[in-house]
Amino acid sequence: MNKVFNRIESITGNVITVKAEGVQYNELAQINTRFGKSLAQVNKIDGDIVSLQVFAGGQGVSTGDEVRFLGHEMRVSFSEDLLGRIFNGSGEPRDRGPALTDNMKAIGGPSVNPTKRILANRMMRTNIPMIDMFNTLVVSQKLPIFSISGEPYNQLLARIALQAEADVIVLGGMGLKYDDFLYFKEELSNGGALSKTVMFIHTASDPTVECMMIPDMALAVAEQFALQNKDVLVLLTDMTNFADAMKEIAITQEQVPSNRGYPGDLYSQLASRYEKAVDFADSGSVTVLAVTTMPGDDVTHPVPDNTGYITEGQYYLKGGRIEPFGSLSRLKQNVNGKTRKDHRALMDAMIRMYSSYKETLEKKNMGFAMSRWDDKLLKYGQLFENRLMDLSVNLSLEEALDLGWEILAECFEKDETGIKSDLTDEFWPVR
Amino acid sequence: MTENKGKVVSVNGNLVSVRFDGNVSMNEICYVNVDNKKLKSEVIRIRGDIAQIQVYEMTNGIRCGDDVEFTGDMLSAQLGPGLLGQVYDGLQNPLPVLAEQAGWFLERGIYADGLNAEKKWEFTPTAKVGDVLRAGEYIGTVPEGPFTHKIFVPFYLLGNYTLKSIAGKGEYTVSETVAVLADERGREFPISMSFKWPVKRAVKCYTERLAPVETMETKVRLIDSFFPVAKGGTYCTPGPFGAGKTVLQHTTSKYADVDIVIIAACGERAGEVVETLTEFPELTDPKTGRSLMERTIIICNTSSMPVASREASVYTSVTLAEYYRQMGLNVLLLADSTSRWAQALREMSGRLEEIPGEEAFPAYLESYISAFYERAGCVLLPDGSKGSVTIGGTVSPAGGNFEEPVTQATLKVVGAFHGLSRERSDARKYPAIDPLISWSKYKTVTDSAKSAFCKNILLHGDEIGSMMKVVGEEGTSLEDYTVYLKSEMLDAVYLQQNSFDLIDANCTRERQRYVTDKLIYVLGSEYALDSKDDARSFFNRMRQKFIDWNYTEFESDAFARAEAEIDALYTDGQGKTSREAELLLKDGE
Repeated sequence: MNKVFNRIESITGNVITVKAEGVQYNELAQINTRFGKSLAQVNKIDGDIVSLQVFAGGQGVSTGDEVRFLGHEMRVSFSEDLLGRIFNGSGEPRDRGPALTDNMKAIGGPSVNPTKRILANRMMRTNIPMIDMFNTLVVSQKLPIFSISGEPYNQLLARIALQAEADVIVLGGMGLKYDDFLYFKEELSNGGALSKTVMFIHTASDPTVECMMIPDMALAVAEQFALQNKDVLVLLTDMTNFADAMKEIAITQEQVPSNRGYPGDLYSQLASRYEKAVDFADSGSVTVLAVTTMPGDDVTHPVPDNTGYITEGQYYLKGGRIEPFGSLSRLKQNVNGKTRKDHRALMDAMIRMYSSYKETLEKKNMGFAMSRWDDKLLKYGQLFENRLMDLSVNLSLEEALDLGWEILAECFEKDETGIKSDLTDEFWPVR
Repeated sequence: MTENKGKVVSVNGNLVSVRFDGNVSMNEICYVNVDNKKLKSEVIRIRGDIAQIQVYEMTNGIRCGDDVEFTGDMLSAQLGPGLLGQVYDGLQNPLPVLAEQAGWFLERGIYADGLNAEKKWEFTPTAKVGDVLRAGEYIGTVPEGPFTHKIFVPFYLLGNYTLKSIAGKGEYTVSETVAVLADERGREFPISMSFKWPVKRAVKCYTERLAPVETMETKVRLIDSFFPVAKGGTYCTPGPFGAGKTVLQHTTSKYADVDIVIIAACGERAGEVVETLTEFPELTDPKTGRSLMERTIIICNTSSMPVASREASVYTSVTLAEYYRQMGLNVLLLADSTSRWAQALREMSGRLEEIPGEEAFPAYLESYISAFYERAGCVLLPDGSKGSVTIGGTVSPAGGNFEEPVTQATLKVVGAFHGLSRERSDARKYPAIDPLISWSKYKTVTDSAKSAFCKNILLHGDEIGSMMKVVGEEGTSLEDYTVYLKSEMLDAVYLQQNSFDLIDANCTRERQRYVTDKLIYVLGSEYALDSKDDARSFFNRMRQKFIDWNYTEFESDAFARAEAEIDALYTDGQGKTSREAELLLKDGE
């Protein structure tokens, strides 16, 4: 069909309206402006007035520019050729490689039939003790990393990308600082993981509308790989920027805002992305880890709050560490009973001790006298933080468990740990 | 289907405007034709010759001028034998059937019948030719799982009908005619074992609505003893994320003392539905000894499924609940979460450009929420039996703040409030229901005076606890400190429960009464304790004894032994019952 229209009726922010007929809802169009071509997507039709959000933004669009409707929705090419490549929010290459146009798949497709899902029951190893040992990541889980700006969340994601037991990594960057983009590129290529990675990157200087496309593109590609029996790990950073982009467009289109300016469908919008995490019966899986920065460290802010209701737990990144208290992997009990028999007991005991350490620390800061037991706890807390919690620690689960026993043995007697004696008999390190 | 047609004139998200000729009714179902698929939609506003419809599917690809067919029917559920054990989406499409037809994904435009059209059911007639019947009375029965499923005169027939003929005992499908009724003017209506009923209309084919007086056991001590729920009553469970709303509903769905449980997973995680689907067929219903799935219906419209059918899903589930109530059964409907339903209303309201109320929720939010909860109730049926629908809804307040509109609107209409708190869930206390803010208007399984006695200890203990934060342990008197320890112990041994332990999770009414009496005896006593350390170690030991007691089977030898140990410790601590406790315990006998 490819109809061409020459009359743009209005331009507000990134949204333009055109008089046109026979246009489909959600259809793509191409606009030729003096700065080049840009894609645009239909997001409202009212009689013959069609509203489009322009990917490259409204800047420089003239009322006389040509709008060509393409007759299809936003799509992404899918093949093995994607691996190692980098694209932007319009699906165009960001590296020097060729554009891909084969086997186009629609993005933002329907959700998986719940009866075709299976119960998440496989562990995904990351070799980060605070994850593997204390809040195990499970294949097909969706987990956000709640973080304040300034925390090393992108470093954490890059490490997970390098170390996680996944066949394919899909990285979606939204509002990424250019430096961070370069960092990811370099880390992944140095670590040799680039060849199993696909990146969809929107940097902070790119147009807002493209930001909104990133999760859908990344997840559509992930879903296709999963259907080819691959375990896919999708890393998204930062979902707060995605939500802010939605807010921007919603306000431009004069939608009634619900909470702090965010559109009323924020929950549904976030959920339809996170729910792409799936373990298909007799096929692959999609696991989603997404950074959500909390403005002002406020977990009741609409974005982290809605996210918390959708996801299966959360990792809190605080002071450069994954905080053991606020963090929770809701699915960990599905897997941590099958790893090693001391896993659960050791995990519980170490967290309990760490919590006592925190209390002691508080007492110490208030100037109370320290007992012998308090000194033991203080020593334990230090060792725990330095040897296990530090984000640079790189240990397999078994090594981390062994180290956990080491730390306990350095600080306590067997019967002070509250661990069942048949376990201490077997695992307590002999000096 | 009527011949009424229309054409699309505008599209905004899942709201589509249609220009129509002829007559269109509010909430009528229509289909939008796009790419050779028909997308189910519902009329939600009519202005002149423009009908605004909400589409239950994704609206990609719809263009102006696309055809719309109106059906003349409202959104209906198909009622008949074969509903139990099913997994439906919000529009009553069986998900396993959709999976057979469409594969991995929920492709749009694919619909399937709610009931299996081929399956034959063993029909036994109970009415005789010549009987005069009304809607909601039954003409025969079929066995469905452990229940006797009654075949009703369809609820939509108004007035009196004479039974002209009825099929003999035998096997029939749900659509075969099993009887013919004639109205007062002699017009004949063939009826089958199934019929349709519009989900947004409450079923009112009962003689009388009764007050909910009988307590529904959930086997959760904190609920049954302190904040009980009645059969035919309503309750809500608001709480921040991670406080354990879903886990609590999940345990309730397993242990609640009702005949049928309907789980409406409304806008929540798909993984949780998968968990129920995997677990329930393996578990047995303690009442019937059969698979738990046979008494369960799951209506699941998870968060990524289209938002308009999320709104429909709560109505579909309450309609199925009312249908089984009509058979004299006790039905529990668990809706998780009503906030997602309210958000679906908000999304549509925003698209309709209605004037927003608080937090952009529509002004009619409260009346919709009350209308939904009011469909619960205990009723007297035409045949003299009683049935009930109990509704328990979770609420997911933004930021865990109970002041928000959905929680407040819900609190106005429910009979019990179980508020979950972040502090209790962070402290790994299950269930995380906060005893200091929750309330219930129903009758406890124990005794209201005893329950008040225990609540008083909690309240008093909490006051002392907050005082102790300021003045420290040193500044608290031994007497106050003892009360504090008592309240901590009550919390640990009675309020908290291990949902993974089969015995502890399933605490019956009799056991609750027995244990409460023991607790009043122990907590209502003075002990010869010299110092705080003494007191702490005494109550720690007592707590441990009670916890061990909780894990023994009721009235078993182990149970008696554990109780004897408590008594021994009591004597050891030279306990002396207070006057108040003595009176309470005497009253109970």
